[in-house]
Amino acid sequence: MAERRTDAKKTARKATRAPARLAVRKTYKLYLGGAFPRSESGRSYPVTSADGDHLANASLASRKDARDAVVAARKAFTGWSGRTAYNRGQILYRVAEVMEGRRAQFTDQLAVARGTDRAEAETIVSAAIDRWVYYAGWTDKFAQVIGGSNPVAGPYYNHSAPEPTGVVVVFAPQEAPLLGLSSVLAPVVATGNTAVVVTSETEPLAAVDLAEVLATSDVPGGVINLLTGRAGEIGPHLAAHADVDALDLAGAGEHATGFEEAAAESLTRVLRPGPEAGGDERAWLDPDPGTSRMSPFLETKTVWHPIGV
Amino acid sequence: MPNTASVPEAVTDRELRAYLYGLPGVDEVGAAARAKDLSTRSIKTTAKARAIDLAISMVDLTTLEGADTPGKVRAMCAKAARPDPEDRTVPSVGAVCVYPDRVGNAVEALRGTGIGVASVATAFPSGRAPLEAKLSDTRAAVADGASEIDMVIDRGAFLSGDYPKVYEEITAVKEACGNTHLKVILETGELSTLDNVRRASHLAIRAGADFIKTSTGKVSPAATPPVVLVMLEAVRDHHRDTGRHVGVKPAGGIRNTKDAIRNLVLVNETAGPDWLTPDLFRIGASSLLNDLLMQRTRLSTGTYPGPDHYTQD
Amino acid sequence: MAEIFEYAPAPESRSVVTLRENYDLFVDGGFVPAESGENLTSLNPADESALATVAVAGPTDVDRAVAAARHAQENVWGPMSGAERGKYLFRLARILQERSRELAVLESMDNGKPIKETRDADLPLAAAHFFYHAGWADKLHHAGLGTDPRPLGVAAQVIPWNFPLLMLAWKIAPALATGNTVVLKPAETTPLTALVFAEICQEADLPPGVVNILTGAGETGQALVEHPGVDKVAFTGSTDVGRGIARAVAGTDKRLTLELGGKGANIVYDDAALDEAVEGIVQGIFFNQGHVCCAGSRLLVQESIAEELLPRLKERVSRIRVGDPLDKNTDLGAINSAGQLRRIREATDSGEAEGVERWSPACDLPTDGYWFAPTLLTGVSQSHRVAREEIFGPVLSVLTFRTPEEAVDKANNTPYGLSAGVWTEKGSRMLWTAERLRAGVVWSNTFNKLDPTSPFGGYKESGYGREGGRHGLEAYLG
Repeated sequence: MAERRTDAKKTARKATRAPARLAVRKTYKLYLGGAFPRSESGRSYPVTSADGDHLANASLASRKDARDAVVAARKAFTGWSGRTAYNRGQILYRVAEVMEGRRAQFTDQLAVARGTDRAEAETIVSAAIDRWVYYAGWTDKFAQVIGGSNPVAGPYYNHSAPEPTGVVVVFAPQEAPLLGLSSVLAPVVATGNTAVVVTSETEPLAAVDLAEVLATSDVPGGVINLLTGRAGEIGPHLAAHADVDALDLAGAGEHATGFEEAAAESLTRVLRPGPEAGGDERAWLDPDPGTSRMSPFLETKTVWHPIGV
Repeated sequence: MPNTASVPEAVTDRELRAYLYGLPGVDEVGAAARAKDLSTRSIKTTAKARAIDLAISMVDLTTLEGADTPGKVRAMCAKAARPDPEDRTVPSVGAVCVYPDRVGNAVEALRGTGIGVASVATAFPSGRAPLEAKLSDTRAAVADGASEIDMVIDRGAFLSGDYPKVYEEITAVKEACGNTHLKVILETGELSTLDNVRRASHLAIRAGADFIKTSTGKVSPAATPPVVLVMLEAVRDHHRDTGRHVGVKPAGGIRNTKDAIRNLVLVNETAGPDWLTPDLFRIGASSLLNDLLMQRTRLSTGTYPGPDHYTQD
Repeated sequence: MAEIFEYAPAPESRSVVTLRENYDLFVDGGFVPAESGENLTSLNPADESALATVAVAGPTDVDRAVAAARHAQENVWGPMSGAERGKYLFRLARILQERSRELAVLESMDNGKPIKETRDADLPLAAAHFFYHAGWADKLHHAGLGTDPRPLGVAAQVIPWNFPLLMLAWKIAPALATGNTVVLKPAETTPLTALVFAEICQEADLPPGVVNILTGAGETGQALVEHPGVDKVAFTGSTDVGRGIARAVAGTDKRLTLELGGKGANIVYDDAALDEAVEGIVQGIFFNQGHVCCAGSRLLVQESIAEELLPRLKERVSRIRVGDPLDKNTDLGAINSAGQLRRIREATDSGEAEGVERWSPACDLPTDGYWFAPTLLTGVSQSHRVAREEIFGPVLSVLTFRTPEEAVDKANNTPYGLSAGVWTEKGSRMLWTAERLRAGVVWSNTFNKLDPTSPFGGYKESGYGREGGRHGLEAYLG
């Protein structure tokens, strides 16, 4: 990563001298259905560092990419939600393990993208890894915390249990590309939903790095789909998509109201941007957000059965 | 009285078991809810008057005590023939019901009234006796002039899964009855579940019962509304499948007019109005009759009479 | 033999109800006329007679009511201790019990539903709902919704005509228990029990402004939910109106819960307890004339048992007693309004036009009023309109399936997701099916059971949020 950054800066300065070894650059692609395709539109857009240096060209997801992502997420839903909570916990913990192994990559990436010092980036990366650990531990507990039996006035067994809503479109925070992203994404999948994430538009690279972690962490293809690009462009299609069950508008910014209006048409659940949505990574540091980001993406199912002989 | 079924052929354990376990289950809570719903039917004025007379005509006026004497039976028979000596419009009851050794007293007392005599038999109420004793019990009652036999099934055999034994006893008693009508008492209070009530009902019907009866009156609970409901469903379904009408007799615990009318509503809305006749529905009771008479008087006069206006037996 | 036991008429007395000729709006603890002076008339759908006129609230009235609710919330109800708030709710519950006969008769007259149901379901459940929530008022920090849960403020609540008083209880009880104040709009065709409830609030000495009742039609409701002074919107009604409300609150800070339409599947497997399944099917679609969002309006019966089940079902439906809602023996009352009757007729006719077979038992319907015989539609497939659209009347669409997978697929193949039923004597199959049904309430071996402790609400286009139980509190706390 460090070399690539140096390389990028040199490129920017129009270096006249060839380096001893030419670094291999990464092509930043979408993460769709477990694969890393370029946008079907063939479009990309330049991503720059906090200093304005060119870092990479990210795929500019199109309306059709968004549609494909929803299809992939829907397809993965039955399998993912049908796994045991224990298994989902194992997989989320695996995500944290693999991230830990790549913490230098994430730290460097974040420091450049955010323009922060390494110590600050370390803090954020650590918190992001810990966030996955946190939700790995929630997978087999939220049902007990949120559900339970109801003492109805009659000879009936009556039990309420939370179930995942389905396909959730997550508009990731714009100014918090790693910890913010992890904070909104992990609870969605911890509860058995599948996700289509529209990453931070200006800082999408951490999300693609995370996708590479996901692809090697036993997360089944399609459970998480990451689209780099413009919320303003693909968001309206996702918000109005009838096969999308919920929206997290954390990073929707000025588009939030329009997306919520579009979602109304098919009664898509909406989590409005909270107080942390406009903040940077530091706004997401609370180590114990509780069930606040899980319950909006859960449905309560109540089952009755007579008790008799 | 219903057409008496011909004595069925012997069946194997396997066949019987397959048949009984092929019957749909009964959800106890659902059955209780349906019975309770029907118990809220409001039967007033003219409908109530008709229901009371119908109920009187369905009463099997019963005495089944160790202390029964010829005198006690004669007194009951007088009451059965003319429930209200001051009102000749009151119908007579369906039958009287006595122990086998009192059948002769009852037959004599009821001569010329057209009222039948039902006798419990087969080592009533427990049924714990050798088959031969049960059969001789039955034959004696028939010989003394009983027109109906109320036998008990072997609940021990039923609960232990020995369905052929239960079945064969019924067919044997049926044979001993000859043309005398056979009521088969399931003693539902000992069967514990409504699934068992349904199975026992169909087992008895298949073995040739002319009536299925809930209880001996010696075990509680007896004729609860859900039990009566399930038994009415059994005779309804049997009629639908074969065209044969089998009667139902709740006995035990039906003490007042409200309970009796609730039973008639159950009949009306479950088996259907075909069963609203003493030929197909009886109520085994003793104290019920006086309450029916009191309610009858209240309806016609508008005032509540006191118990001493009715004879105790 | 049938004539031997015809039930004589058993009408509940109307004398327990004393109606005023005209009802004003209930704002800030008193009855006040609407600014516009407009009125609407509430009819008895069983005979089309006028029961009373009620004021139609306009924007100015909404302003006044919201201001009164705000003032009460900030100065009286919000600061009050939970224990004291709870005691008011207990008091309301008790008065509902005391006046239950009167309210049951009035509800039956205004709505058309049978007295048997208002007496045995609507009223006991409404009182139970207040009683249940009363106990929560001083225990909210134990509800698992944070250590210091706070009321949202003023709740705008719009309720439907199918369970007028019960839906009022579902809305007002949790709102009040959590320290919110309310402005509630009852349905245009069934405003009367809400207005008696307003009197009950006075009788209970509930502080002025805590409960405000604004009568009117759709425009009143729209003005209320769009009012900038409300913090929370709770709506029960049609999915179309629900969409509009969701759009209207988009981008605001208003919290929203919606309880909308449904097309509930009632799945009967071939091992079901048949007689109880038949009862459950009947209860599922004919309870409250089928004016039930969670009705089991699609019967999915396993093909191997269909021929056994359908004759039983028809026989049972033939015994349904249709007629005078105030007769204690009536099972199926009047359709709530001329408009609803027209919609039911239109939907059922469309089914016939599409080729489904229509059956109703012979029954004499009264000449006056709005009536529709219990109806079965057989030969229905998934693509028929009557299998997809909510009819909201006593009309059951019957479909068949071959395997459990097919049953679940068909049950879930709807934009709605409110309720479903499963009938089987096999426990593991019941749980397997319940787990896969995308519906907020699954009744297995029973149907249409409601309880204040039991969360109720939908998946998908049946809305969001839950009412009842601990879960229901979440909608009113921040």
